[in-house]
Amino acid sequence: MPIQKVVRDAREAILKAGVKDGATIMMGGFGLCGIPENSILALRDLGYKNLTVISNNAGVDDWGLGLLLQTRQIKKMVSTYVGENATFEKQFLDGTLELEFVPQGTFSERVRAGGAGIAGFFTPTGVGTIIAEGKETRIIDGKEYVLEKPLKAEFAFVKAYQGDKLGNLIYRMSARNFNPMMATAAKVTIAEVERLVEPGNLDPECVHTPGIYVKYIFEGKNYEKRIEQRTTRPKNS
Amino acid sequence: MKSVSSKELLVLRTAKELKDGFYVNLGIGMPTLVSNHIPPGMDIIFQSENGILGMGPFPYQGEEDADLINAGKQTVTILPGASYFSSADSFAMIRGGHIDLTILGAMEVDQEGNLANWMIPGKLVKGMGGAMDLVAGAKKVVVMMQHVTKDGKSKVLKKCTLPFTGKKVVHRIITELAVMDVDYNSGKLVLKEYAPGVTVEDIKKATEAEFVVAPDLKEMEI
Repeated sequence: MPIQKVVRDAREAILKAGVKDGATIMMGGFGLCGIPENSILALRDLGYKNLTVISNNAGVDDWGLGLLLQTRQIKKMVSTYVGENATFEKQFLDGTLELEFVPQGTFSERVRAGGAGIAGFFTPTGVGTIIAEGKETRIIDGKEYVLEKPLKAEFAFVKAYQGDKLGNLIYRMSARNFNPMMATAAKVTIAEVERLVEPGNLDPECVHTPGIYVKYIFEGKNYEKRIEQRTTRPKNS
Repeated sequence: MKSVSSKELLVLRTAKELKDGFYVNLGIGMPTLVSNHIPPGMDIIFQSENGILGMGPFPYQGEEDADLINAGKQTVTILPGASYFSSADSFAMIRGGHIDLTILGAMEVDQEGNLANWMIPGKLVKGMGGAMDLVAGAKKVVVMMQHVTKDGKSKVLKKCTLPFTGKKVVHRIITELAVMDVDYNSGKLVLKEYAPGVTVEDIKKATEAEFVVAPDLKEMEI
């Protein structure tokens, strides 16, 4: 039987994947760049509650993960920076939203380790800070390191520019960010792409995420690709 | 001398830290301004921790691309010879000691080289982002900041009172008043340069930390 990964849309992917209340979910993207827009909207519409979301940021008030905060579907965030979101701030201060901060390099490496079968790693990041409190530390060749454990999830939602029907993915520019590691670190990975093509139409030398990691793939619709900080210079400079 | 504001002075002096061929990561906010003052004829390659090496200036109006932003979520461009990579690769680059220089802002810094710039307990914390990795991994860590707070309290302390971003990580502190290096042997700061019109006495008044005056103390060149 041929491998069948292609689904119609985010809703079908989420239902087939078996997302439930209380699920732990990874979500690719840096700020609003490279976020799985279609999947976030579908998760909102399907109304799952008490989600734990592992994502670098929490979106803005009215876009990205901010949409799932507005509807109070998120119980806990594991993030590195959440500065752009007043809804987040309010829910965190009134105690309804849990938060775990992880340094960004530790965050990306923990996700990588989660997908790569690594049980932990010693990193210099955070030594002597509150991040290292309660964690094992070790002096290796005269330098101090802290033990960090992998991050895994039940579901990962990633966004790529192009994908083929076997789940091979190619990201675009800085929209790659956390997507490749997250694609490897969940039991079920759902990829949404701007362009879905037949196998053979992606250069194998250029594939960023090999298809083995992707369970469901679909071509997304109506990408807004919002810009948080539109900075430009005049043409005549 | 042409008169410059204390902020301009700080940016111009910090730009002198750039050396030909350096790979550099600039923190969000004021450190970003340093990229506008690359000394002529120098090749500097800027890294952005969200996955860019060879970052260029802001795009021309109308040429912004939502897929191409810097770590401050601003639209940017790339220069010829740039590359893109994942966040894991980016922080391998940072943690692995491949970045020559990082320049960050600070709330507090102390004479032991400790840095605090991410959290004020009891207030909402926005998160540390990549700062803890940058200070743990870059070959040289330069702090650029105002010497005192808006209330006139020194930010150059004997010991940081806020939670650390990194322990014993800072190499150089540049403010609108002075350039100071951390001496990890003596546990004191070394005053290397003073801003035009500023005396050692002025710097002493604005500094809680203990410091010694370098034998080759000189005026800041900008």
